[in-house]
Amino acid sequence: MKWFRHIGMLLSLLLVPLAAPAAEFDMDEYLYGHVSDAYEWHITTINGKPVSIPLPVIVRSRTTGWHCFSSHHLEEGSYAGFRIAGKGEDHEGKIVEDTPSGPVRPLDISITKNVLGLMVNSLILVLLVLFGTRWYRKHDAREEAPGGFTGLLEMLVMMVEDDIIKPCVGKDYKRYSPYLLTAFFFIFVNNLMGIVPFFPGGANITGNIAVTFCLALFTFLAVNLFGNRHYYKDIFWPDVPVFLKAFPLMPLIEIIGIFTKPFSLMIRLFANILAGHMMLLGVVAVVFLTVELGAAVNAGLSVLSVLFGVFLDILELLVAFLQAYIFTMLSSVFIGLSRQEAEPSKEE
Amino acid sequence: MSLITPDFGLLFWMTLIFAIVFFILAKFGFPVITKMVRGRQERIETSIRQAKEIEARVEEMAREHAGMLEETRREQARILREATEGRKQILEQAREDARGEAQKIVDEARARIAEERESALRDIRREVALLSVEVAEQIVRKELSSDAAQADYLNRLVDEAVGKAN
Repeated sequence: MKWFRHIGMLLSLLLVPLAAPAAEFDMDEYLYGHVSDAYEWHITTINGKPVSIPLPVIVRSRTTGWHCFSSHHLEEGSYAGFRIAGKGEDHEGKIVEDTPSGPVRPLDISITKNVLGLMVNSLILVLLVLFGTRWYRKHDAREEAPGGFTGLLEMLVMMVEDDIIKPCVGKDYKRYSPYLLTAFFFIFVNNLMGIVPFFPGGANITGNIAVTFCLALFTFLAVNLFGNRHYYKDIFWPDVPVFLKAFPLMPLIEIIGIFTKPFSLMIRLFANILAGHMMLLGVVAVVFLTVELGAAVNAGLSVLSVLFGVFLDILELLVAFLQAYIFTMLSSVFIGLSRQEAEPSKEE
Repeated sequence: MSLITPDFGLLFWMTLIFAIVFFILAKFGFPVITKMVRGRQERIETSIRQAKEIEARVEEMAREHAGMLEETRREQARILREATEGRKQILEQAREDARGEAQKIVDEARARIAEERESALRDIRREVALLSVEVAEQIVRKELSSDAAQADYLNRLVDEAVGKAN
């Protein structure tokens, strides 16, 4: 009975529209604004005024050379011939230089939101790991095991090494272990910081294709620079009937395979993290989208969206770990494949 | 489309930052941890091996100890048995000795008693002899109190003596 009364109250509230209609909610800008890179770090908006951290813009124009200035100059529009390309233009959201022949993209190595996020997260990662290893300088690890943060770090490191690197890479895993561990923790920390909703977290770093491209590139180098003879023989002259090699079908497939492996790494991490951010943002957007539908619907759906948000946040925690794990594991497997020794020749 | 086109600036910074992070962590971070943990693993393995060896040795010692205990117990039993036997023997011996001694004493006593009797009989005999001589004297004296009797007696004695001489 009690519930019916509550539901009745809610239904009556349903009919009351909110007095002040909120400003038009731009879903596209909301979503893409949160997941893409920016020249300033927008933190929040208070009373219609955006609160953001201006970041240094570093650009090199073909005509006027290097320029370095704070991004708040770009808020009003153009500065020293540079401006941020508007909607619908080429290079939307990026800095362009207005030249007589139209807007041109300069060489742009600005410290953007993602770059700052990367720096902060990397600093956090380095400090955490170095802080964790401090214990070993003061103690004899042979005689005692660390507790606290060092214990946690040690457990994680050894889990990655024993469960992923050792079985996947094979016998000379120790050579690759530092890179793979760095990749794991780098991705893990950046993923986690991406879930933190406020500064200095919240930047969509591992959901940015440049970042995952770079990570995949490192794995590509680790695989192909140190591949052994057997690995390259398997690519260019695999153990298949000659007619498959004479017309180089197999080598072609294998060469494509060299690139698809890191490519899949890049896309997987990028898409998973981006999708996670998008989903979270979408669920939160429900709160703003339903404002027009009346207080009751808005309140009800807001509660729902918070519950969903909690669920998705927890899911993202899992994904943050899982994607770091998968990236490391697949990198290990690819490295392991490049280090495989030839199987003992089959005697027939 | 900017979501799936890598931005050069970010690529540049990412490469730089990752390289630096990799350099620092690969030099001062993870190898320290993995090396230490490997050292500890080795240490634990050797410790376990040592513990096993020690355990085996202790077991051996326990076995040895048990063997020694067993032997000691046997020895003890043997000694006890021997002691018991010795006691029995000594007792037997003592009994035997006592019996012999008693026999000797009894024999001696018997001999002495016999001797005493002998000597007593001898004494009695002598006494009896003396008495009979005295009695005879008394009788003779009474018979020879008259002259006639004396003469008679003498005659008879002479007769006897003659008779003997014949």
